[in-house]
Amino acid sequence: MTPDLMEEGARRREAYASRSAETRSTESGGRSAGYGRIAKLGEPDFTQGVALYLDDITVSFDGFRALNALSLTVDVGELRCIIGPNGAGKTTMMDCITGKTRPDAGSAFFGSTIDLLRLKEAEIAQIGIGRKFQKPTVYEPLSVFENLELALKADRRVRAALFHRLSGEQQDRIDEVLNLIHLKDEAQREAGLLSHGQKQWLEIGMLLVQDPKLLLLDEPVAGMTDEETERTAELFLSLEGRHSLVVVEHDMHFVDQLTQGRKKVTVLHEGGVLAEGLLSDVQNNERVVEVYLGR
Amino acid sequence: MRTQLGVRGWTGVLVALVVAVLVPVLNLAVAPGSALHLSDFYVSLVGKILCYAICALAIDLIWGYTGILSLGHGLFFALGGYGMGMYLMRQIGRDGQYKSDMPDFMVFLNWKDFPWHWAWSDSFAAQMLLVVAVPGLLALVFGWFAFRSRIKGVYFSIITQALTFAAMLLFFRNETGFGGNNGFTDFKRILGIPIDQAMRVFLCALSGVVLIGFFVMSRAIVHSKYGRVLQAIRDAESRVMFTGYDPVAYKLSIWTLSAVMCAVAGALYVPQVGIINPSEMSPAAGIEMAIWAAVGGRGTLIGPIIGAFFVNGAKSWFTVAFPEFWLYFLGALFIAVTLFLPNGIIGLLRRKREARK
Repeated sequence: MTPDLMEEGARRREAYASRSAETRSTESGGRSAGYGRIAKLGEPDFTQGVALYLDDITVSFDGFRALNALSLTVDVGELRCIIGPNGAGKTTMMDCITGKTRPDAGSAFFGSTIDLLRLKEAEIAQIGIGRKFQKPTVYEPLSVFENLELALKADRRVRAALFHRLSGEQQDRIDEVLNLIHLKDEAQREAGLLSHGQKQWLEIGMLLVQDPKLLLLDEPVAGMTDEETERTAELFLSLEGRHSLVVVEHDMHFVDQLTQGRKKVTVLHEGGVLAEGLLSDVQNNERVVEVYLGR
Repeated sequence: MRTQLGVRGWTGVLVALVVAVLVPVLNLAVAPGSALHLSDFYVSLVGKILCYAICALAIDLIWGYTGILSLGHGLFFALGGYGMGMYLMRQIGRDGQYKSDMPDFMVFLNWKDFPWHWAWSDSFAAQMLLVVAVPGLLALVFGWFAFRSRIKGVYFSIITQALTFAAMLLFFRNETGFGGNNGFTDFKRILGIPIDQAMRVFLCALSGVVLIGFFVMSRAIVHSKYGRVLQAIRDAESRVMFTGYDPVAYKLSIWTLSAVMCAVAGALYVPQVGIINPSEMSPAAGIEMAIWAAVGGRGTLIGPIIGAFFVNGAKSWFTVAFPEFWLYFLGALFIAVTLFLPNGIIGLLRRKREARK
């Protein structure tokens, strides 16, 4: 034991003695009983107000940096629109969040406790992250109803699926969503026979019955008519608050509808965040204009 | 799990059961001169095709419903057959050429003791357990590695083919202890009962009953939510994953079940045809099974059964009527099915029915 270590120890002991003399005079050291939260395994903890936390995420494909130290946080109940030119890394970002792509560096958290980079795709979906693909992906030979039934929140294990019977409650939930996505009359139709816009709606419906806490929507209104786009915007706005939503979109009119002139928009470019702020501010940002219009 | 058969469906199953039992019995009960008499040739042919139909049904569950093309089901079929064959070899007893307790090929190789894997071959119950357990375990282990590594599509098909081919080379060796390229033959009895015409009729009827049992089970499976997850995996696997299902568990369970069904078919097949050798593991055998399913109609349960009967019936007739042209006909049939009948015979019938409406 060296003299300086001994001195350090003596100093600490003194500090402790003086501190404890001070605290002993008050009840339990001035602290009151805490209302502790028990972190449940596998359940996201949203008490910090953050739903999604990405830090310094880097992804390279054969030397090409699809994501370059991307950092982004999405609050609980927030509806965040993400825009950016082609190749900006929007879809790669979603791939990282949902476990399809493993980043080379960085961290991704769901709530404040769940490390997304440790989980597999199916596990990430089970803890409450739903994803809609750019190209509508539904199970074409199955009926609309069966598509929703498969997506419905339930035990995902083999045996449960083998002996599954739909309860009245679950039936009601599917009916409710069928109404919401305007496919009530098509419930027994083969999903492959729906129009492009209807397939988009069905996929959104499949996401809703999954009851996710965070929804990732990759170009949800691509191929929709103006009226369908309008209705989609209404639907998403009604979800805001109860769910967190991340919407990647090219359609500026749709983004404008969603942000209502007061919500934050994130602009991605070359795998990183180029700008963040209100849509009007972002649109007037010199660098953003440069990226979109070319220099 | 419900079969969703309804009254009409169950009536159909009952009728099928009665037919499956009665038709082979016609061979024994009706005098040879009568119009209703079923000749010995047809009993053996129908019995064989019924076993093939079980294989086609097994292929359909994994390929037609789950979208995984296996060219290695010949291996599971042969393993089931070998399991049964080992028991049948022990049943020969001292009636073989060499009048020894050991099977002839072992005497010929000058072996004094049974190899370790013949330890249970004397017990019918234990050997029947192995018929199911060995192919099931092999499928489970192989499938676990393959599905966990996300091997898909044509790569999976090639690996199953390679596995079968490797097994065939292994079984060709005398040292493996399965009779080398001659395999097992010259069976005499099962459970002490001689394998005569009555036994062949019984086995033919049993194959029919097993096929119907598997059909009803498959129907319950594909009409459950589990079955719909399988179809979802076939059509959009990534969507299934992002919905929270782990495809590995689903693929592995249906893959193993399918392998076991094939093994049971193999065990029923061997005593009826009286021989099992490594040619059952040849790449062509596995490909033919996939062809039965494709010709009949993938993704329907009745289709592959029809396909097995159609292709093998045609094969049997053609090889007698025009022996030189059979292979050309087979080739033409596959080209025709691929080009004009993507959904097989069942698809054609459906189209006809819809056109009439």
